[in-house]
Amino acid sequence: MVVFSKNPVHSVLYLVLTFFIIAAHYVLLNAQFLAAVHVIVYAGAIMVLFLFVIMLLNLNKETEPHKSIWLKASAAVASGLLLVVLVGSIKGAATVQSVNAFNPNIGLIENLGKTLFKDFLLPFEVSSVLLLAAMVGAVMLGKKSIK
Amino acid sequence: MTLGYVIYKLILVVVVFAVTLLIAMYSTYAERKVAGFLQDRLGPNRAGWFGILQPVADAVKLFMKEEMIPSVSNRTLFILAPGLSLLTACMTGVVIPWGTSLTLFGTSYSLQVTDVNIGILYLFGVVSIGVYGIMIGGWASNNKYSLLGALRASSQMISYEVAMGLSIIALIMTTGTLSVGQIAAQQHGWHWNILVQPLGCLIFIICAFAETNRAPFDLPECEQELVGGYHTEYSSMKMGFYLFAEYINMFISSAVISTFYFGGYNMPFVGRFIHDPNLLAVCGVVFLFAKIFFGIFFFMWVRWTIPRFRYDQLMNLGWKTLIPLSILNLVLTGAWMMRHEILSVFIK
Repeated sequence: MVVFSKNPVHSVLYLVLTFFIIAAHYVLLNAQFLAAVHVIVYAGAIMVLFLFVIMLLNLNKETEPHKSIWLKASAAVASGLLLVVLVGSIKGAATVQSVNAFNPNIGLIENLGKTLFKDFLLPFEVSSVLLLAAMVGAVMLGKKSIK
Repeated sequence: MTLGYVIYKLILVVVVFAVTLLIAMYSTYAERKVAGFLQDRLGPNRAGWFGILQPVADAVKLFMKEEMIPSVSNRTLFILAPGLSLLTACMTGVVIPWGTSLTLFGTSYSLQVTDVNIGILYLFGVVSIGVYGIMIGGWASNNKYSLLGALRASSQMISYEVAMGLSIIALIMTTGTLSVGQIAAQQHGWHWNILVQPLGCLIFIICAFAETNRAPFDLPECEQELVGGYHTEYSSMKMGFYLFAEYINMFISSAVISTFYFGGYNMPFVGRFIHDPNLLAVCGVVFLFAKIFFGIFFFMWVRWTIPRFRYDQLMNLGWKTLIPLSILNLVLTGAWMMRHEILSVFIK
């Protein structure tokens, strides 16, 4: 539905629906924190920005760039090859047994916090620095001129 | 998961839903009465005794009005949007603890629909989805004024969500839980969170005004500039849905503010006079609703007192004042919680 809709705004709304379904899967895996954060961040913030941009751009048929037939054909072939690779990898992965026993409480927020701040402290902090750098970069780009 | 449990939860959900709708209905009446009171007028007083039937008359009027859907608009989304707005407004009520538990015939019945361990995040998730009702409505009307109103509303809501989230994080740090039920239970007696988090409470209340699109932050629907904002093209009951969603949001945000910062169903000194736990639970519900009604009155009081902000002032207040303040609040809270560790470093 996301891909086949003619109207870009409809595509975005279907994508929001997809995010909700992913969040529902997280809930089924007993990872409520992840589900809630997923809804807040993706559906609540990022997709709203997408909608903003698309509504303001006012896309329609006339402004759509026309691509050559060769480009379309090559895109079809490339995506077909990707599909073959993905199907092959899924077929291979099905036989692998999971090594760790699944802990049903790992998604609850207490356990998640402990894991994040004990076992994965360094990656967590590094990713926060990365986000800060991205934010500073965005502000720099947004400034009109630097004196 | 017995049948009785399911029935009890169903009854509770229906009661919460009915009370929410009833209060939203009478908020429209109260709004006009409060406006009349503040402006030294009488307010509605024709339908029924002191105008008490005014909301019913309004509802009949809204249902009877001619329904118009703009021919160039996107029909499905145009119809979907007000429903979405109302749905998200109603969904938040389930995590609020309306009281302690009642014990009937040897079984204890909690007066909270569900106490999920991420209650606060659930609230945030639902609030952040609430933007879609407005945005889709504004876009589907195919009207420049509606689109501008919708853009204003959603950018305002996103900006103030940040400050609201940061002020809530400080609250979570002091309470140590994300469950709304536990936060309410911790504020027993005089341990109200406003005494611990005065700055956070102030930021939260300001953000709640912005999130519900109430004056002085009602720029999305400011009549002078935008004709009517995102619901310009709406008529009849769809328009009524949007207005209703606003009043439900107001009720729910008053409930959330009272639960988070003003003790929820707790009231000091009550435990000394009333010892029966059932009676205490009923009193708790009464106290919570008294706080909520005061909150709603406060919303109206501010609306009819303070003029509207300009849009750049609104954004400056959100990004340049409230967010730094809430980060400061966060740092101070953290430092206070770690004061023994920090002091021991310097003293040693």
